[in-house]
Amino acid sequence: MIYDEFSPSRTRRTLNLGGRTLRALGLDGPLTGVLAIVVCFGILVVYSASGLNVKMVEHHLGNIVIAVAAMIALAKFATPHYLRLFAPIAYVIGILLLIVVDVTGHVGKGAQRWLDVGFVRFQPSEIMKLAVPMICAWYMHERPLPPTFKDLLVMGLLIAIPTAMIARQPDLGTALLIAASGLIVMLLAGMQLRIIVISIPLLATAAVAAWHFIHDYQRQRILTFLKPENDPLGTGYHIIQSQIAIGSGGLFGKGYMMGSQAQLEFLPERSTDFIFAVIGEEFGLLPCLVLLVLYGVIIGRALYLAMQGQDTFSRLTGGAIALSFFVYVFVNSGMVSGILPVVGVPLPMISYGGTSMVTLLAGFGILMSLHSHRKLIGS
Amino acid sequence: MVRRVRIKDHWGEQRIFTIRSVVAAVVVGVLLLTVAFRLFYLQVLKHDYYAELSQGNRVRTDPIPPSRGLIFDRHGVVLAENLPAFQLELVREQVGGLPELDAALGKLVAIGLLDAEDVGSTKRTILSHHVYESVPIKLQLDDEEMARFAVHRYEFTGVDIRTRLSRHYPFGPIAVHALGYVAAISEQDLKHIDSVAYAGTTLIGKLGVEGAYENQLHGTPGYREVLVNAAGRPVERQGAFTPKLNVRQPIAGADLILSLDMRVQRAAEDALAGKRGAAIAIDPHTGDVIALASTPGFDPNAFARGLTSKQFAVLQNDIDKPLINRALRGAYPPGSTVKPFYAMAALKYGVMTPEQTIFCPGHFSLPGSRNVFRDWKPKGHGVVAMRHAIMQSCDVYFYTVANKLGIDRMHDFMSIFGFGEVTGIDIPGEKPGLMPSTDWKRHAYKRAAEQVWFPGETISVGIGQGYMLATPMQLAHAVSAIASRGEIYKPRLVAAVRAAGSNTLTQRPVEPEPTLTAVTRDQWQVVVDGMELATGPGGTAAAATAGSPYKIAGKTGSAQVFTIAQGEKYHEKDLNERLLDHALFISFAPAEDPKLAVAVFVENGKHGGSTAAPIARKMFDAYLLPDKAPAVDKLPPLGKLL
Repeated sequence: MIYDEFSPSRTRRTLNLGGRTLRALGLDGPLTGVLAIVVCFGILVVYSASGLNVKMVEHHLGNIVIAVAAMIALAKFATPHYLRLFAPIAYVIGILLLIVVDVTGHVGKGAQRWLDVGFVRFQPSEIMKLAVPMICAWYMHERPLPPTFKDLLVMGLLIAIPTAMIARQPDLGTALLIAASGLIVMLLAGMQLRIIVISIPLLATAAVAAWHFIHDYQRQRILTFLKPENDPLGTGYHIIQSQIAIGSGGLFGKGYMMGSQAQLEFLPERSTDFIFAVIGEEFGLLPCLVLLVLYGVIIGRALYLAMQGQDTFSRLTGGAIALSFFVYVFVNSGMVSGILPVVGVPLPMISYGGTSMVTLLAGFGILMSLHSHRKLIGS
Repeated sequence: MVRRVRIKDHWGEQRIFTIRSVVAAVVVGVLLLTVAFRLFYLQVLKHDYYAELSQGNRVRTDPIPPSRGLIFDRHGVVLAENLPAFQLELVREQVGGLPELDAALGKLVAIGLLDAEDVGSTKRTILSHHVYESVPIKLQLDDEEMARFAVHRYEFTGVDIRTRLSRHYPFGPIAVHALGYVAAISEQDLKHIDSVAYAGTTLIGKLGVEGAYENQLHGTPGYREVLVNAAGRPVERQGAFTPKLNVRQPIAGADLILSLDMRVQRAAEDALAGKRGAAIAIDPHTGDVIALASTPGFDPNAFARGLTSKQFAVLQNDIDKPLINRALRGAYPPGSTVKPFYAMAALKYGVMTPEQTIFCPGHFSLPGSRNVFRDWKPKGHGVVAMRHAIMQSCDVYFYTVANKLGIDRMHDFMSIFGFGEVTGIDIPGEKPGLMPSTDWKRHAYKRAAEQVWFPGETISVGIGQGYMLATPMQLAHAVSAIASRGEIYKPRLVAAVRAAGSNTLTQRPVEPEPTLTAVTRDQWQVVVDGMELATGPGGTAAAATAGSPYKIAGKTGSAQVFTIAQGEKYHEKDLNERLLDHALFISFAPAEDPKLAVAVFVENGKHGGSTAAPIARKMFDAYLLPDKAPAVDKLPPLGKLL
């Protein structure tokens, strides 16, 4: 028998080949690698969380294929120049679609969010998750940093219009996330500290005012979040059951596909918004912490790539994509573990559902394109 | 005015972004750490707490009802058994919401499986159970009802027929007042029973042995752990995992062996048929109740089947009161049956000697009083001594005895025999009757004028009238003390218990009460002689005892229902049937070595000798001459048990 000898040179060649392929596609090796790990882990979790539903896993895989294709396409072809030109177009299209949804939108889960364009149903608000930070970055691109007060007002308006429209749908969670993505651009652009300090009491006042305008169910969510045990079978049910799932998982978990909370459907939305609780229940604390570390690596790498951007648009867009991703991770894990209110945000790269997956990977595609299409010599 | 032109400072802008990004990265790190700490808190510090909650979530404990203990008579004849029955049950969760529930009940009314009047109570019962529990709607369906439901079955979801063990009484109404019955657990029952022990049980014992021995008969429920999903529906596995679930089999209730002898019981009930009355037979040497009959009775199977409120109202409003246990709850004036006891009191207190005579002119008056107490024999009995006074039931003799004794001595002596207090038989509902005394009257009345005891009142009590009330059970208990010459036992219906799955009987010890020693052997004999004479030629019960191969000692009695005014005459045929005198007979046999003491009471039966005594005779025959006993349908399956 002949045994192949382990050949370091061969390994290196393979690595080089992989690296070259990635570079040719405009992808960043470390970021792509970690994303791939998380997505693959997500497939495993979705299989368990769906109650061992093979159909759902197939659908999930299909979503991943579409999302990866979108990421590669954007990374390869969307040069910073085109992206900058496209930013206002995307924003305007997004606004128009929101109007369409408002007028004719389908009613999904009691809220008008979905748009049916024949072969696919999607939420125009998802476009805004990328379009809003891009329009802000686009606006600041030609202007010197830090932004003037007037710049902040303009950006504030650009953010406020889609935010208000989405909040009216009503989808407060997404509206807040979109506002956050725009705000991130303002902060990264160098928004002065004193303005930040001054705006805190203003925001507090606005929050109190908003209390009177939001829907009853949203108010209920906040109240339930503060005291979930008051309504254990109603709105508090989600939070209580997800904490039971995570807590009962313990250090080592109940075992893959053996979580009683998830498998016996005590955990609501187990394959979408509350999938993090399935991980906590079935795998235990350590994999959860590893997952958080992986998310941290993704965010860190993304910020690093953004920092290397050669112009304001690239840097701000990249930074906003990186930090928005963090916001999703934090809001979802915070909600599921009971330190934030329940807002319908899926766990990035893991939750079942195509829209989120496509938007996130498209974002990373843009980020990587901005990085890979750098000019070698600064202008 | 020159507009200030701001020039982009690329290095500066890059620096701003870098600083901001680093700050952001720190914030990201801190917030991710917060989540990590939160997970640590939930999964490590609070793990036990949440683990318990999750266990409680997924496993539901379903009860398995125990099978109820059987009831046998002393020879092993089955008196109460469990038979599979078809039961209509409803699961609320499968029916739907309240409108659907109302609709389903409405449809059941429409096809005649539920009474319109019972919809409200049925609905309340359903709502007091968990949504996933199967609640019985109709307990035992007959073939015709099964067929009717089968035709309409497709119209119902969540309503179906299930097989359950139900209670069956092979003898129907025979001995129902001793046995009691079982009925569906009511809302009121739910308040005082352990809901855990009764989870899954449909029927609960009411009255009689079924009620008194409920704890032993019911048994211990088992349970089956069931894996359930969030909707409460049982599921097989949890994802890829089939957890180990515990099952504990129920422990059946204990079997009870009664002291009843079905042959004697049967004889008593046959003889009482068509009458309102009670008959009790007691073994004077153990206190074993050999027969306990109260008529009219009712069919306990109807309760196990479940009565509609209409059917129950019919039973409850029946003028003959079949639901009342006359043996224990009927307190009547005992009439002349008390005379042997007063004779004994007279001997004990020395107010009369056995041979001392009095002259009976047919009436009696207290010195200085114009109030006349009549004898039942208007012409009088002439000169009588104690034995003949008992034999002929001479009222005037006992008026004299009562006058000499005084009410308080009468009270004290009669109390030894249990008059005025419950006998303590082991089934519920017994009434204490009334044995009056001056003390009693002082406490019973509020106004001072009414609290005074008059000598004339003593005279009435002397022949078992006036204030005195006794239940048939008390009379049986007391006469068995004469039969045993002073041995007194607490009467009992349950003689032995057989634990579930065991073949050995645990005999319940007899419960002797202090033996009556104040009366001497000779004094007992005087009274027994009198009672033997009463059943012999020329006695008040001569006809009923004629031709018996054993000797019966007895005393008849009749108690006034209708008060006759002074100087008026009592004409039987003029009175409404329900105003006729009650007939009583107390007795034991064989007189020289008593094996059985019997008390019979017949409401409006006129004369103890002609109505009550023949019933006692049939009971004695059944017990002492087994060949003459009525056939008992069910052959003893276990041979002789006691």
